[in-house]
Parts: sequence; structure tokens; C-alpha cells
Amino acid sequence: MKTSKKKVENEARRDFLKQSSVLSALVLSPGKAVKDPEWEEKVAAPFEKVSLKLEINGIKHNLTVEPRTTLLDLLREQLHLTGTKKGCDFGQCGACTVHSDGQRINSCLTLAVTEDGKKITTIEGISKGDDLHPMQEAFIKHDGFQCGYCTPGQIMSGIACIREGHADTEDEIREYMSGNICRCGAYPNIVDAIMEVKKGGQTV
Amino acid sequence: MKAFQYVRSTTAKSAIDALAKDPAAMFLAGGTNLVDLMKRGVTEPDKLIDISRLPYNKIEKESSGVRIGALALNSQVAEDKLILEKWPLLALALNAGASAQLRNKATVGGNMLQRTRCGYFYDTEMDCNKRQPGSGCGAKEGYNRMHAIFGTSEQCIAVHPSDMCIALAALDSTVIVQGPKGERKIPFADFHRLPGDHPEKDNTLEKGELITAVTLPDSPYAKNVHYLKVRDRTSYAFALVSVAAALELEGKTIKSARLAMGGVAHKPWRLLEAEKALVGQTISEATFQKAAEIAMHGAKGYAYNSFKLKMAPNSIVEALKIAAGLTS
Repeated sequence: MKTSKKKVENEARRDFLKQSSVLSALVLSPGKAVKDPEWEEKVAAPFEKVSLKLEINGIKHNLTVEPRTTLLDLLREQLHLTGTKKGCDFGQCGACTVHSDGQRINSCLTLAVTEDGKKITTIEGISKGDDLHPMQEAFIKHDGFQCGYCTPGQIMSGIACIREGHADTEDEIREYMSGNICRCGAYPNIVDAIMEVKKGGQTV
Repeated sequence: MKAFQYVRSTTAKSAIDALAKDPAAMFLAGGTNLVDLMKRGVTEPDKLIDISRLPYNKIEKESSGVRIGALALNSQVAEDKLILEKWPLLALALNAGASAQLRNKATVGGNMLQRTRCGYFYDTEMDCNKRQPGSGCGAKEGYNRMHAIFGTSEQCIAVHPSDMCIALAALDSTVIVQGPKGERKIPFADFHRLPGDHPEKDNTLEKGELITAVTLPDSPYAKNVHYLKVRDRTSYAFALVSVAAALELEGKTIKSARLAMGGVAHKPWRLLEAEKALVGQTISEATFQKAAEIAMHGAKGYAYNSFKLKMAPNSIVEALKIAAGLTS
């Protein structure tokens, strides 16, 4: 699991029509908006590529994508971070689970362009060099997989499950891990692995 | 996925203007339902207006009740201290829905606007009046195990799959929308609609309208509540039947009650008559059975979902018993 250092440069970067001047003159909820400097009004035609800034596993990327590109396809096809898996591609299996600003999401149902400015962590980003993450160690120790296809998603989800405070009992883990399907049926071992990391008290 | 124009909005005004002038445009928030439908070719907007970072993601206490921003995430609302303390039924319902990953993306407004749907809506080879008005309903004479038993029409028998909305229906919430003509408030009961002759319309929003918030009035239902979801697997599945039950008790006497059902109709199904029947009664299985009987007036089963005619009243009784503390 080596982090891909490949930096993808701006390919065919273009400027986009900014329509902010006229439209932002009328704000319906004054005082509530927290202006995000990276989040500007943008328009892109179908097939036109949109510029996008993402920090992925600690590395900043300036990218361009079609609006219809999912975060999953961006990670796998453009950045060659193939640890994140495409299972169902419809948000039902959880194989594509990544963290966005620390929160677990299905990258298959997330349009990449909507993640502009966010920090993404994938399975490639959780180990420190050759030192595996405690959750990776625990999955190996407890044999938390058979074919291994769902494992990156299970591990990313398991880490989030502990961070969210939903790993206190086996039942709670089963409930909060229900978005990750394992067709080999390694569930008991997956639950054991997460329980052990939780009980170990390490920072995940 | 069919290519589309992408518009990112930073103000409600620009988002509403962009939608109002383009009949083939749609808002995009969390995308958990819309992107799914777009991938399958069920919904094919020419333009997506990204509203995901408009400033409507706060949960704010008001002088009376609470205001939940339309872009508050499902997980955010389910974990919110104020919601857990005063409106726990909403948190229970939210946590019964979808998966942790989806709840981290799905917004409150988007949850309300997820399509009322069934397998025939999703399968573009099948007839579906909701997807393609006038094409017919594949479900009525087809495999209709998941389908509605209340408020159906010749055109459509699909159900609204939200759990959150069942709690919002029970808790007398109000939907706040901004549109080209300004702001308006829609009582939750009037937000979603029955299929009638226009199953393509799931709700009463008008073109260009944007949900900005949902408000809940102060509630006496902080303690005796339960959300019961009966489904084919323990977690991460749509409801066959679900029940949101809330009781205001004085000793063993019911002062007031709120009841709504999911998985049984094209919209969240509030049980007003059953609620009335509970008021002034003593909590008991017999009382709850009577209310459940009243709730089932007008129910109609189809070839594969008639089991719901029994499951629904049983679920009402069970949910009320748990809410009342008669069983755990």
C-alpha cells in the first residue's frame, strides 16, 4: 500500500465563467453565509472540464474533471489509487468508502467536483510507510477477510466507526458497519478486529 | 451517466434563478439518491445546480422549537444534542435509515426530496407512470411486495422510503421554502402528495423553489417515543412497515399522541384518527389494538403485499407498547 506520489498537473485547465457579480448582489440570508474562498460560482458545460483542488492522503492536487466524474472514478482512473474498490457503484456495498474531511462517505455516489477544497483519505493514506494502521493489523490478526475485495472499504468504515463513537458493543458495530457488505461472510472476524482496536484504545 | 451542465451556486438567489429559468435543471445537495438515479438513466437532468454549500446547515434553537437547516446532514441531526434531548424520535428515525456513509452525505432537504419509488421505477425497461407518465404501472399487477396499502391510485402504488420523514410527519414539522416569489411555509402533511393522476409529482414544491429549513414546534414527546422499523434484514434495508410513535403521558393516562407510518403509502402516513382514539385512554395492549384497528381503515392489499395488512397494525401496537414502556 504505497502512496502514489504522482502529481497530476492541470490538464486542459480553463477559466470558467464567473457569474458572481450580478447574482451575489442579492443574498437571501444575510449574515449567515460563511464565505469559502475556494467555493466560487462556477459554470461548466457538459463534457467541459472543471478545475478542482483536493488534498488526497496529505498531497495537494490541482485537477480537472468532467462534472459527471465520481470521486471513486477520479481516484482510481485518474490518480491510480486503486485501493478504493468499485463494488456495486450504487452506494449499496460500501467497497468505495473513503474519508472526506474525516467523515466516511461512499465515493461512488459523490461527484468529484462537489468535493472541491476537501481532504480525502483513502486506504493508501492510513499506514505510515511500512507501519500498518492498527485497523489493518487487526484485520490481518483476526482474518477479517477472505477474497479481500471489500476490505479497504471495511477498514475505512471501521476506523470511522470508532472515531464516531459507535464501536462500544458488537451489536453497535454491526449496526454502524451495515453499509459495508462482505459477500464472503467475514463479518464475525471483522467485528472482532474492530472491537480489538477499540479496546486497545489507540488513536485511529 | 449522461453529461450535464454544472452550475455551482453560492447564494440561494442565484440557485433559485438558475433553476426557475431552466425546466431541465435540478438542484444537487448530497446526491445520494439523485446521482444513483442518474447513473441508472432514470433521471437525466441537463443541468445540475450545486447547492451543497449554501449556508443552510445549522441546527438552531428558536424561541419556540428548533430550525433545522435543509443542508444539515442526516448524521449531524441524528447526533445533535438538542435533537436527542427534545426530539429523540427524529434521531431514532434517522439512525434507522440508510447506512452511516449515506447519512454522512444525505441532507435533510434531500431526504425529503428523495423519490417515492419502487423497482419498476428503477428499471427503465419496465412501465412506470412515475418515470414516464402514461406508460402504465408495472407494479400493480406485478411483484408488489414492498408497495403501498394506503392512498394508492390506478397510476402508482409506490411508497416513500424515508424514515426521517415519518418522524417529521409525526412531530408536526413545517417546511420552509424560498422561491422566485419569496418565502413560504408548508405544513409537513401537505409537502408530500399522493399519486392520484400525477404520480410523477412526489411533492408540492413549485418550479424554482428551494427548501431552506424544517422547523419543529416545542414537543412534549421527549421521553415516551419509539421508531419501529420492520425490514427484511436487521439494518440497511427499506422498511416493509415502520411506525413512529410518541406519547405524552400523565401517569398511565395518554394526554396526547402522535403516530405516523412508513412503507405503506406514497407519502409519510400520519394516523390522525388513531391518535385521537388514544387521547384520555389508559396505556394497555387493548387500547393500542383499538387505535391500530382504526389506523387500518381503508387499507388495501395487492397480490404480494397483503401481509402488510397484518404487519402494520401489529407494528403500531408494538411501537406504542415500547413507547409506553410496557415492553422493551
